[in-house]
Amino acid sequence: MTFIRFSAALACALGLAAPAFAQAQIDRPECVAPANPGGGFDLTCRVAQTGLAPHVASPVQVTFMPGGIGAVAFNQFNTNRADDGSAIVAFSTGSLLNIITGKYGAFDENSVRWVATAGADFGAVIVRADSEYQTLKDVMDDLSTDPQGVVVGAGGSVGSQDWMKGALLMREAGGTPMQMRYVAFDGGGDAIAALLGGSIEVYTGDVGEMVPYLDSGDLRVLGVLAPERLDAPFNEIPTAKEQGFDVEWTILRGFYMGGQTSDEDYQKWVDAFTAAYATEDFAKVQQERGLLPLNMAGAELDAAIAKSIETLREISIEAGLIQ
Amino acid sequence: MDTVLSGLATGFAVALDPFNLMLVLVGCFFGTLIGALPGLGPINGVAILLPIAYSLGFPPESALILLAGIYYGAEYGGRISSILLNVPGDAGAVMTTLDGNPLARAGQAGRALSLSAVASFVGGTFAVILMSLFAPALAGFAVTFGPADYVALMVFAFASLASLVGKSTVKTLLGATIGLMMATIGIDANTGVPRYTFGIPDILAGIDFLIVVVGLFGMAELLTLVEHQARGTLKSLPVDKSFVRMADLAATKWTILRSSLIGFFIGILPGTGASVASAVAYGTEKRISDKDGTFGHGDVRGLAAPEAANNAAAGGAMVPMLTLGIPGSGTTAILLGALLMFNIQPGPMMFAQRPEVAWGLVASMYIGNVALLIINLPLVGLFARMLTIPQHYLTPLIAILAFIGIYTIVGNPHDLFMITGLGIFGWFLRKLDFSLAPVILGFVLGGLFEDNLRRALSISGGDWSILVAHWKSVLLYGLALLVVILPAWLGRRARAQARREAAAR
Repeated sequence: MTFIRFSAALACALGLAAPAFAQAQIDRPECVAPANPGGGFDLTCRVAQTGLAPHVASPVQVTFMPGGIGAVAFNQFNTNRADDGSAIVAFSTGSLLNIITGKYGAFDENSVRWVATAGADFGAVIVRADSEYQTLKDVMDDLSTDPQGVVVGAGGSVGSQDWMKGALLMREAGGTPMQMRYVAFDGGGDAIAALLGGSIEVYTGDVGEMVPYLDSGDLRVLGVLAPERLDAPFNEIPTAKEQGFDVEWTILRGFYMGGQTSDEDYQKWVDAFTAAYATEDFAKVQQERGLLPLNMAGAELDAAIAKSIETLREISIEAGLIQ
Repeated sequence: MDTVLSGLATGFAVALDPFNLMLVLVGCFFGTLIGALPGLGPINGVAILLPIAYSLGFPPESALILLAGIYYGAEYGGRISSILLNVPGDAGAVMTTLDGNPLARAGQAGRALSLSAVASFVGGTFAVILMSLFAPALAGFAVTFGPADYVALMVFAFASLASLVGKSTVKTLLGATIGLMMATIGIDANTGVPRYTFGIPDILAGIDFLIVVVGLFGMAELLTLVEHQARGTLKSLPVDKSFVRMADLAATKWTILRSSLIGFFIGILPGTGASVASAVAYGTEKRISDKDGTFGHGDVRGLAAPEAANNAAAGGAMVPMLTLGIPGSGTTAILLGALLMFNIQPGPMMFAQRPEVAWGLVASMYIGNVALLIINLPLVGLFARMLTIPQHYLTPLIAILAFIGIYTIVGNPHDLFMITGLGIFGWFLRKLDFSLAPVILGFVLGGLFEDNLRRALSISGGDWSILVAHWKSVLLYGLALLVVILPAWLGRRARAQARREAAAR
């Protein structure tokens, strides 16, 4: 009896102690998606939820804080919850652009702590399968001869990251972004519908959302705005650079925390992500969510964000979005 | 045709599996409850239960069947509080209040509830049948509907709703203008410039439609009730055992069919959903059938039209989602996200790659509609008894439920201030004899009208002729003209005939 009780106690102790070696002890970990459920921020948080599951002691809860394209959450985590060590908030390159153009109010990129990335997506230039545009060069030629002649559309307003892709193409073609005939839709789905229906000729979307259309043959991806060729299933698509156009657009997806969180809390999250990055499982989670691997955490991400903000600011000034 | 039948056979095999069958029933039941609660609609029901369904580890087709059950259940349930309390349960049920609540006030709540359940059933089933037969072709048509055609559709909607003009034309127009002004709040979808946000981040993305509905309609109604109670003019209703009659069904059969068709087609268009569908169906029906001016005073046709339309629209919205991977409404956008979470790529290849999921879902819609009718009819008596709860218990209870519902959506306390403020504003409007329906319609149609007009003009580079460049737009403008002129002409002819007869006598 004593033996049984002893071994039961030992088993319990081991069971409790063993995970503590590898798992971060975060109290009620939470990932805030600053939008309604179902969108990109939701998916970003799901990466944290499933990808971190083996590396944190209790499961990460996903919560939603929509409002003002992420501004509500950004303001919350700069004021009321600036020292909340158990919550991370999802962001994307679009959020960085909003910070630069002042849509997030008085706070800037230095007022929060950048934790880690969930992965990346890349811009893509997409036309309908029966379009006269066979290569990216055809589009670019038309853009340089008659900048107003091509109807470009995407899922965001003028000045959004979707618009930026078109603006960069326009600049490469020798025009100015404001010359572009750009149609703003309410999300990528509506923009794809408009492309399929023939309302717009070119869609500047993301490569991740093209997975269902790669086999169906309804759409053609003319080029991906990545630094180099992507892995399967996108390996057939040439990059813009290969085709002689120096246009690159990386959409970073990741997480930040309030600016006044303790170094200890911050490090726990960074360590959990770093541990997850090393595993095959995390790569699989990214793939399932349509993200491509681009893993950075802590200081490395900080540096990358600083660089990316600088580039985005230059482009925004050039495009006339800010002075 | 053969592929449809064999697909349906696969689907029914999946959906009739006892476990999945149980999930359809559970989903439909909870969906009805969620829809009946003011503030919680299909969108929140699905969004809140999505993580739960995911974490329970169901196979994808089962989880999707559960979520879809909640979706149509909520579309059914939305009518309950519209009819009983004059508080729309969700965005698609706003028009149901117009004729549903007067019926309940007249002691015929049971009749209104059961008739609207039948209308919902026909609308929903109609949509599923059209969907399983013609989904790919319909989706192909839906995407050719360009921004200019949406502009024409909105003009048509405005024209059919002009029939809502209440006692005062000026007040109706003012109400619609207030709605239009509210729609301009938030970041402009075209240029990204914030409009009328006064630096408040909570309204940068605009005011959510649900908040306008619950605030302007629901809270204002509660304030009116409190006012009546304070004055002692509130009369309590007797227990109501009325039920739908064959005569009602005979009177509404064409209404239901017409409205189902309208609802379905508006539903398959990406960007317009149950709220637009029910509004257009009600307006059209009023134009066609309201010869004696009974609409708005408890006409069964005015109740059946929006209910058939909003359920048909819920089914229609599934068409572009399943066949193209493009959501036709907010709720289907979340279902789309659910598919992605289960690692299923929605879109053109889904029926080929994952037939058990796609066809299982379609089959579950047939079953769900039948289940909802069976669940709803016996519950009519129970729901109708709600009206016998004394108002001083009922009013605060509804207020609490509405607050909880709105807070659950996003957990932003700002929304609670919004519904309170809008409620007081709505109460003042009612005191000034404004009808609130034009405000809501100006809000929902105005936003769509502006966005699409500007999209169309961006496409054409500022050339206004794009608005009439396509036969679909021209057809819709023609219909808009027709719904305005025809009733006037018919009315004049009837009067002239009456005069002739009077002269002959």
